[in-house]
Amino acid sequence: MTNGDSGLKALHNPDIPVPEELQSTIAITSLDRIYNWCRARSMWPLLFGLACCAIEMIAAAASRYDISRFGMEVMRPSPRQADLMIVSGTVTKKMVVPIVRIYNQMAEPKYVLAMGACASGGGPFKEGYNVVSGIDKYIPVDVYVPGCPPTPQALIHGFLTLQKKIESQSLRTVPWYRSGESTAIPIPLLGPDIIDPRQAELIRRQAEQAAAQAAAAPSEA
Amino acid sequence: MAENPAAEVTTANPVAEAIAALKAQFPDAVTEDDRKGYTGIVVDPESLVEVATAVRDTLGYNYLSSATAVDYLGKGDYFEMVYHTYRVPAGGPPLVIKARTPRDKATLPSVISVWPGADFQEREAYDLMGIRFEGHPNLKRILLWEGFDGHPLRKDWKEAYYEQDQKPFDSRWPQGHVHRAEERNPYGKNVRYPEGFTLDDFTPVGEAPNYEGIDLGVNVQEMTTPGLKTDRLVVNLGPHHPSTHGVFRMVVTLNGETVEDLQPVMGYLHRNHEKIGERNTFLQNMPFTDRLDYITSMSNNLGYALAVERLLSLGPRYQPPTYRAEVIRVLMVELTRVVSHMWAIGFLLNDLGAFYTPALYAIAERELILDFFEAVAGSRMMCNYMRFGGVFKDLPERIQGIPLLANDRVRNEATLDYLANIINERLPRAIDELDNYLTNNEIIVTRCQGVGILPPEMAIAYSAAGPLLRASGVPYDVRRAEPYSIYPELDFDVAVRYNGDIYDRYLLRIDEMRQSVRILKQLLPRLRETEGQPIISGSKAYSPRVPEGEAYGRVENPKGELGYYVVSDGGQNPWRYHVRAPSYINLTALGPMTKGHKVADIVAILGSIDIILGEVDR
Repeated sequence: MTNGDSGLKALHNPDIPVPEELQSTIAITSLDRIYNWCRARSMWPLLFGLACCAIEMIAAAASRYDISRFGMEVMRPSPRQADLMIVSGTVTKKMVVPIVRIYNQMAEPKYVLAMGACASGGGPFKEGYNVVSGIDKYIPVDVYVPGCPPTPQALIHGFLTLQKKIESQSLRTVPWYRSGESTAIPIPLLGPDIIDPRQAELIRRQAEQAAAQAAAAPSEA
Repeated sequence: MAENPAAEVTTANPVAEAIAALKAQFPDAVTEDDRKGYTGIVVDPESLVEVATAVRDTLGYNYLSSATAVDYLGKGDYFEMVYHTYRVPAGGPPLVIKARTPRDKATLPSVISVWPGADFQEREAYDLMGIRFEGHPNLKRILLWEGFDGHPLRKDWKEAYYEQDQKPFDSRWPQGHVHRAEERNPYGKNVRYPEGFTLDDFTPVGEAPNYEGIDLGVNVQEMTTPGLKTDRLVVNLGPHHPSTHGVFRMVVTLNGETVEDLQPVMGYLHRNHEKIGERNTFLQNMPFTDRLDYITSMSNNLGYALAVERLLSLGPRYQPPTYRAEVIRVLMVELTRVVSHMWAIGFLLNDLGAFYTPALYAIAERELILDFFEAVAGSRMMCNYMRFGGVFKDLPERIQGIPLLANDRVRNEATLDYLANIINERLPRAIDELDNYLTNNEIIVTRCQGVGILPPEMAIAYSAAGPLLRASGVPYDVRRAEPYSIYPELDFDVAVRYNGDIYDRYLLRIDEMRQSVRILKQLLPRLRETEGQPIISGSKAYSPRVPEGEAYGRVENPKGELGYYVVSDGGQNPWRYHVRAPSYINLTALGPMTKGHKVADIVAILGSIDIILGEVDR
């Protein structure tokens, strides 16, 4: 977290002035702003590394770059306690199954940061048969950080971008305070290739199309 | 490389002698591989195990470095299994053994009874190439999952985003059109299903194969015996677990807290390195090697450059790398070794419970070296620095930094002064610091001494390499056993320790860092002397003409022996590109090493092997 003084000043509402001498101890602000201000400065990332990018993530957490300056250093190994999933590396078809499961286990509000080229879109390994073309094909992503791997500075910039996004949210519209349960993302299946259950209908239609084409082909010949 | 031709003249004899002896002993089964650019012997599959036993016991080639398959589709239509065997610890060049099997009914006898280190490599060949190994006790897929459609490394297997067999793709070059592969796929994803596949009659294979043969539940017999009553249970560590250094998974069978069995499950980071490598041109593979063991990109580059240079040397216009290039290469590789060992020790301590503090000390030194790499190669981690015949850029005159962070000092130093400071001051001090704080620490001594013992004969049998092998009392280091680059003229000792436990692996890494610093100190005057000399020999061709043949280039990586097996058919792309990954093969010994220890020791033993998943799964 940034130091308390300037942090509190960021909350002030210019329409309701606070006497100068009290500005470092009192803030008059809206519920939205204090709620987002608290959340943005105490993001707990999931302790979860996939590939090369994880090494730069560790470097970002180490003394030189030190993400604790932004309130992000409390890495939680359990998805139940984490707010932010940093997808740090190549997502393979074999790994996307546990990733979706972990994402479903995280409590709302939750955010996803796609770190690096692979997590954002497949990266250099995109053409590989076991590589997912970006984690956003399966779970929603809030921030993309480019690079292969992104430098720690770039990752920190991603964190700050995420903080901005959080500060733009409102209690009245955030999905996790709506009534009803939030829907989990269906877990992909490992068959002859990875299967997204949401595409079951599409797979059937493709098979029917192929069968129809095969039936039509001999009559043409 | 300059010394290599001379070295080969003096050491070529033992292999020739071995081949002659084998031909005399098995006149019907053994023939010499006489294809142009190939070496070694071709063995009749029927007598493969018999010949392999003779190779190991009579001829002394007791170490199976690499076993991999090549698909010769359209060039004889067979699969060829290639075994590279070495004499350990004597050293010298490899005896290459090959066995062929038809593509439609691919079966070969397993050599696991001769070299247990073949275990994972044969499973990989089964998984990716579809060769069945008779006599393998646990032949199932290792990198992909059970139920996957086909065997991807076969030449006629095409991936979902398939465009052409070889790069550069016509659609991209020379016109330069760009398209997104997702847009051409009906599912918008990197998937492809067999014809007529629907979810109606589909049941996923699921997790069951991972638990095959494991006796689950309470063992009634043990429950009725007197004494402490314990349950047998199966615990999954990973793939998302802080102690596995990435996405590695272990299926551990416990009796109480004692490990009865450990089965590694991998492939969670299988990025299809070898398939992509066969589509790429030779040079395009260089940046991909960075991402194998992503801590040590520089030395990965060197191994690949050596393998391709060995192929190029078969051609008429080959020039070995210049002397300055070799000096710079060794400089980069030894700095990388320090980085990697620092990281390994820091994270071993993490696994022992000293959460993050020792690692912070290790990472601080790493940052200094990474600054140098960034100044030279343009990237902190993925350096993509070496080229065939040299390196891509000379060292810059000055290292200049911009203050990226509030507490960064603006750096503007002469590169050689900066290096001299790191090599003479910072690194020796940092190594001593680690040694002082950790070596006699009571917790480290108690948790590491006598845990995870790997006896020397087992280390050789399981094809263990690098610190794992040398901490077990086998003084085998590729830099001395089959020298490359300018190592013959450098003065250093092969570090060796004899107890083969976690503690010795830790001490060995400290020893090796000291030896690396010793090498680095000898390089500084050489760097000054060669200033201004060329850093690459020959022309900087975009696509070198690689003659037909095969080559196996290996280097002593911080994690162990890293080998590249490259087959060229004379075209622009490698016909086969295989990586002998030390992390992957070192894991063969993990199961036996953990047996009988407590569950908490698994984490420490795994940490002492020092695996990097990018290299394990490739």
